[in-house]
This record gives sequence, C-alpha cells and structure tokens, in this order.
Amino acid sequence: MGDKKAVETIYKDNFNMVQSLVINNNGSAQEAKDIFQEAMIVLLQKARSGSFELNCQIKTYVYSVCRRIWLKKLQQYNRYTNEVESMVGTVPIEEDIEEYEKRDQEFAMMEKAIGSLGEPCKSLIEAFYIQKRNMQDIASQFGYTNADNAKNQKYKCLMRLKKLFFAQYKNGK
Amino acid sequence: MEEIQLIEAVERYIRGEMKTDERVYFEQLRKTNPEVDQMVVEHTLFIHQMNEVGELRKFKSTLNEVHTDLAEKGLINSDRLKGNAKVIYLWKKYKRVAAIAASIAGITTLTISLLVWSLSPKIESSQVKELVKEVKGLKTKDQELDKKIKDVDNKSEKKVFLNPTYRYNGTGFMIDSKGYLVTNAHVVRNATTVVVQNKKGDNFNARVVFTDFAKDLVILKIEDDSFKNLTSIPYGISKSSSDLAESIYTLGYPRNDEMVYGQGYLSAKTGLNGDSLNCQITIAANPGNSGGPVLNHNGEVIGVLSTRQVSADGVVFAIQSKYIYAVLNDLRKADTSMKVKTPAASSIKGMDRTQQVKKIEDYVFMVKVN
Repeated sequence: MGDKKAVETIYKDNFNMVQSLVINNNGSAQEAKDIFQEAMIVLLQKARSGSFELNCQIKTYVYSVCRRIWLKKLQQYNRYTNEVESMVGTVPIEEDIEEYEKRDQEFAMMEKAIGSLGEPCKSLIEAFYIQKRNMQDIASQFGYTNADNAKNQKYKCLMRLKKLFFAQYKNGK
Repeated sequence: MEEIQLIEAVERYIRGEMKTDERVYFEQLRKTNPEVDQMVVEHTLFIHQMNEVGELRKFKSTLNEVHTDLAEKGLINSDRLKGNAKVIYLWKKYKRVAAIAASIAGITTLTISLLVWSLSPKIESSQVKELVKEVKGLKTKDQELDKKIKDVDNKSEKKVFLNPTYRYNGTGFMIDSKGYLVTNAHVVRNATTVVVQNKKGDNFNARVVFTDFAKDLVILKIEDDSFKNLTSIPYGISKSSSDLAESIYTLGYPRNDEMVYGQGYLSAKTGLNGDSLNCQITIAANPGNSGGPVLNHNGEVIGVLSTRQVSADGVVFAIQSKYIYAVLNDLRKADTSMKVKTPAASSIKGMDRTQQVKKIEDYVFMVKVN
C-alpha cells in the first residue's frame, strides 16, 4: 500500500504549494501538514478504487482537493470570514472528497472502538488483526502460558470490540 | 460447535485458509444455517474494516516519515518556514484588527486634516484627497485580501510543462479589437502563463498589462502572432449606473468546452454591505463565469461578473462597468504607450437577443491560467 518512493515524489513536488495555500489563508504550518496528508489519502483511495482516471496533473488535483478541504475546515472553525466567493473554475473533486469523508468516518468508528477497549485487549487485538502476528508469538509476548489461553482472551476481546464497533456502525448508517 | 471455534472457522474461511472439503462443508453450513451466514457477512465486514484501519495507519506513518525525511533534507520548506509561518499566521489572524486600527488612524488623520484645512486659508487640497484614497484603499484591500485563494509556489510554477493543464479558468471579454481584454484580477492572480481561448477553441498567449486588485480588474493583451485583429466590437461599455429590474444577460465559460449563456436582472445598485464597486444581479452563475461581461438589452456592458454570496443562492455581484474606464485611465497614466480604444457605442441596439449574442460571441474568451 502506497509505494514509499511515489509518496516521496508527490510529497516533494506538492507540499510547498499546499503549505503556501494554507498559510496564506489563515492557517498554520501544522494545519498545512494535516491538510496535505489528508489529500494524499484521498489520492491513495482514488488510486485504489480501480476507476482511477486523472484528467489533470497530480499537482492540479492535489491543489484542488486541499483547497476544498481547507475551505471546509475554515468554515467549521468559523475562521472563514469571506461572504462572497469568486467564480473561478477548478477541477471537479467533490465526489472524491465525499467518498473520503465517508470512509474517514468509518475509520474513526473503528479507531474509537479500539481506543475504548482498554489494555491488554487493545494491544492483543492490534497484534493479531493489524500487525497480523501469529498466536504463538503473541502468547509469549503477552505472557500467556499457551496459545490457547491467548486465543481465549483474544476471543473475549474480539466480542467486545465487535459489539462496540457495530453499535456505532449501525447508528452511523 | 462452540462460538469461539465458529469464529475461528469464519476467519479461516475469510482468509481462504480452508481446505477444499472443509470449505464445501462450511459453505453447506452457511446455506442451511442463516445464523452462521449472518456471522460470516458481519465478520467479513469487520475484518475488512480492521485491515483498512491497519493499512491507513501504516500509510499515515509512511507520510510522517516522508515528511520528516524531506524536511531534514531541506526538500520541503517545513522547518525553515515555521518561524516565518507563525508571523504570517498572526498577521492573518489580526489583519482585520490591524485594518480597523489603520482605518481609525486614517479617519482621525483625515478629520484633523479637514479641520486644519477648513480653519486655515486656502491650500492645495491634494493632500486631503490623497488621504481619502488611502482610507478607501485600505478598506478595499482588506476585502480583497479576504477574497480568494492564493498560490505562491514560484519554484514549481516555473517548470515548463509540455502539455500544459490549467489551474483556473475564468472568462474575459474584449474592450479593444486590437487584442485588449478585461477580466477579474482574482482570475489571473499569481499567474505564470495566461492563455485566452476563443469560441472556436483557438488559443492565444496573453499578458497582463495592468492590474487593479482593489477594483478586482485586470487588462490583458493578446500577444500572439496567430492573432488577427477582430472587426470593431459590437457592444458598448456603459459609463453610467443601470436601473433596477433591468434585464441583463451574460456569456461565459463555466464549462470547459463551451460558451454558456445566462440571463437575469439587476437586483440592487450596490454590492454586499453597500459596496459601491459592485452591483447585485440575479442570474445563474457558476465557477468559470468570473470575468464575464454582463450586458443589458441595448447590448451595452454594464458590469463584469465577479463573485457570488456564499450564504445565499443566486446572489451574484458584478463590478460596475464605469470602473473599467477608471482602470483604463490609470493604465494610460502608468504607460502612455498603451492606447486602448474602447468601443464608442453599441451597434447591436434594437436587435433581438439571439442576434446580439451571435455578434458578441467572438469577443468573449475563456481565460486559462497556469
């Protein structure tokens, strides 16, 4: 996922532009970094969607996405003092951003669910499902006497996590 | 089967780790037992989400690594900018306050000057005038600063692209058939290249010859060997304000390929908060319409379509056409070699709308900016 070399190239060619955009429009360097990284995720999701067809330069695309996301953020923070908007045309990116926001929400649900598990459940679940390590390994790291005990504990944690996640997921839908 | 074993089976099934006969048996179980089936569906979704979260986390850490790495190598100006950015940020944050303070200072100075002027014998009044202009300038500059997005990456903009694509597009229209056009300043802001395209799709290189950010207007000149002077411009440019309810129309390029016509009426003689630079019109306008001509039924340009209100629908603002003359005057003062001859009067008065538009089309251009 996300070839590092490619990420580096895109990062190098576009970050300064986005940083200028954000800083010149009521933002900080940290916010510029966040916005840019969000745009990178949008780009990645678009690239992985299968229907990836870019009708403009990556630079134009990244700029348009960042501009849109940043305007939205400014409106949320009420830092957006503009009452009028100019009617200059940019690349259409609304759909990609909507898709991104939808998935971002789902990610947030899962992260929140994992976050509210508490230890050692959190680490146990992450080790098995995210880092994809085997049960033997996990058992010895967490100090279980055997893999079966670790599996049992993992099962209990999993049940709790699923309950937490699906409660949010069904509410969100 | 106990639930713990069932979950394990489901996971192995999702990961495709089951042997053929085991999978056949499991699929049979799914068919006959709706509870198991539901469990598989639910767990697939769950595992999928977990995988996505894992990959997203990985990608985010890659991004952070790359950021730190590039910043250390000095390939992006992150750390270097931090101090600088803070100052700019503070300035952005407090610029309103600063502008208000400056305005108050300006007004105070103005009042004192006026007082001095009225109490003292006749002196040149140029000083007072200049101050008035300055205060007004400050106010408009503040609005102008707020107006739109700015892109200042000079370094990467200087790159030459073999197949150029354009960041922005707007509309512009001719004011002298020798190749002078007018459009909004915000359309060409920070441009390295400006290209105008006519209805037929021919592209011409153009140069910004004069910018007035306060009025949000620029004068462009086509400088391209393939450009041939057009016949005289059919529309006039109105010097006076228009009347309420007057029927108006516009031509522009909100679509990338084709000119779009829109009609409406003049709704107010001023812009937002009594802004006398603009007038308010009710018309369907979209991104890309910026810089387009707003014409009345006599075929006179009464304004330059520029902005719309964010919080309301169909509230559009156009810069009053008399300011085109003001900008041209400034241009003449700044550069006497520029002899822009505006059309004397509308030659399409009395024609029906379709005929008027046919005559005008060739004089309205798409403005592409890189």
